[in-house]
Amino acid sequence: MKYLLLVHLPKTSLDTPKDPADVAAGRAYGAALQAAGIFVAGVGLGSPENATTVSVRDGKRQVQDGPYAESKEFLGGFVVIDVPDLDTALAWAARNPSAAHGSIEVHPLGGAYFASAAK
Amino acid sequence: MSEAATHTTIEAVVRNSYGRLVAYLAARSGDIAGAEDALSEALGVALQRWPIDGVPQKPEAWLLHAARNRLIDAARHAHVREKTQPLIQLAIEAGDVAASHAPFPDERLKLLLVCAHPAIDVAARTPLMLQAVLGLSAARIASAFLVSPAAMDQRLVRAKNKIREARIPFRIPDAPEWPERASFALDAIYAAYTAGWENAVDDGATHHALAPEAIAIGRTLVQLLPDEPEAHGLLALMLHCEARRSARHTREGKFVPLDQQDTARWSRALIAEAENHLRVAATFKRIGRYQLEAAIQSIHAHRIASGAVDWPEIALLYEGLVRLAPTIGAHVGRAVALAEAGNAVAGLDALDTLPADRTVNYQPWWAARAHLLRRLDRCAEARPVFERAASLTDDPALRAYLLDQAAR
Repeated sequence: MKYLLLVHLPKTSLDTPKDPADVAAGRAYGAALQAAGIFVAGVGLGSPENATTVSVRDGKRQVQDGPYAESKEFLGGFVVIDVPDLDTALAWAARNPSAAHGSIEVHPLGGAYFASAAK
Repeated sequence: MSEAATHTTIEAVVRNSYGRLVAYLAARSGDIAGAEDALSEALGVALQRWPIDGVPQKPEAWLLHAARNRLIDAARHAHVREKTQPLIQLAIEAGDVAASHAPFPDERLKLLLVCAHPAIDVAARTPLMLQAVLGLSAARIASAFLVSPAAMDQRLVRAKNKIREARIPFRIPDAPEWPERASFALDAIYAAYTAGWENAVDDGATHHALAPEAIAIGRTLVQLLPDEPEAHGLLALMLHCEARRSARHTREGKFVPLDQQDTARWSRALIAEAENHLRVAATFKRIGRYQLEAAIQSIHAHRIASGAVDWPEIALLYEGLVRLAPTIGAHVGRAVALAEAGNAVAGLDALDTLPADRTVNYQPWWAARAHLLRRLDRCAEARPVFERAASLTDDPALRAYLLDQAAR
């Protein structure tokens, strides 16, 4: 089954320059996902300031600067993995280097809609 | 067989096998609600057929076979191929097991671990366990947890959906994960014992609505995990508390504190069973929270033989307990033990250094503080504290006792 791991990071992490060790850890994590044969998709996102939010209300498109929800945390990236069960997905979420200072939200993508769309 | 006898047999089969059948089906489908539905339909058929045809020789196999038919129906109605295939596979397997002579595998440990999985809301774990393993209704569980049946039903449905949709696996975790996962299961069972009450060890614990059910699951867990000392410890703890159930009130219904209970009214059989489990636990030389709590209760039980309570020993055990499991209950217990062991000032200090936000509505803290104030001859101060303790309990007998103390 596929699971979406959403990486939430504290906004404070935007203010500090990226530690090369963190970058290396992120790369190693990606390599480990590939090596395990469970990587489906994933990417680290840039600054939430570059995000734009779109909605359609009464047939009218509304475009807004910034991410959907302003909060202390922002969506720093996501990974989709294909593993047998939630315990395995949680184990890979815990291995994500960002779990040490942010948090990883794990969503099952087992719905029929996703299954048929993915095929 | 008479109809009454048939009903008794059906009840016995359900009592002994319900959890095993749900566990067998759910461990294969990942779907607890589906397993319960299939089984309840099978039980309905059994109630109709068995009084006429007689109870089958292998009632569990018969029920499994009947549940299989329900699963095939469910498969027929599932529109998605991904969902149909596993159901048919399960129906075939269930049919095979029902037809074979070997006993079907006991998957209850996996079921208990799934119910107490960290991805499940803590408030849902114990109710889920009670329903899936013992077949208790949502309404019955709701009344023990003092919530509405609708709210409890919703909580249970949500948890079962999550287990199915997020695919929480029915498995027995390995070494690094095991201690934590096992402790979640133990905590959920203990929460069943203390349902509707803040602290079972508190001598005011009177209305254990689900005590027999909690002990039944505790006994099952010991069978499934004979080498887990904490499983023995938890069972010993519950049995010791249960042994005193009838001594907690006078025949007129008045509350009797632990140290004044008539030991002749304690159950010797339950105490012996508890002591036996505590001895088995000790052989593993791995101390844990529940073993310590049971050991404290064991010392109280020794009053039968010695006529006295070894408070210094209890205080020592509480020192270990507050290090291992620093719950508010353990801290209050430690303070009382210090006082009873001869150092009331230290006991009161220990109570007063606990954070106010954790004690403000914690009834045992107020009761303990009132007792220690009186012990220090600060009776005028003790009075309003007894009254506060009385106002925080929902047990009429305990309230009356505390108000009586306040009036002295």
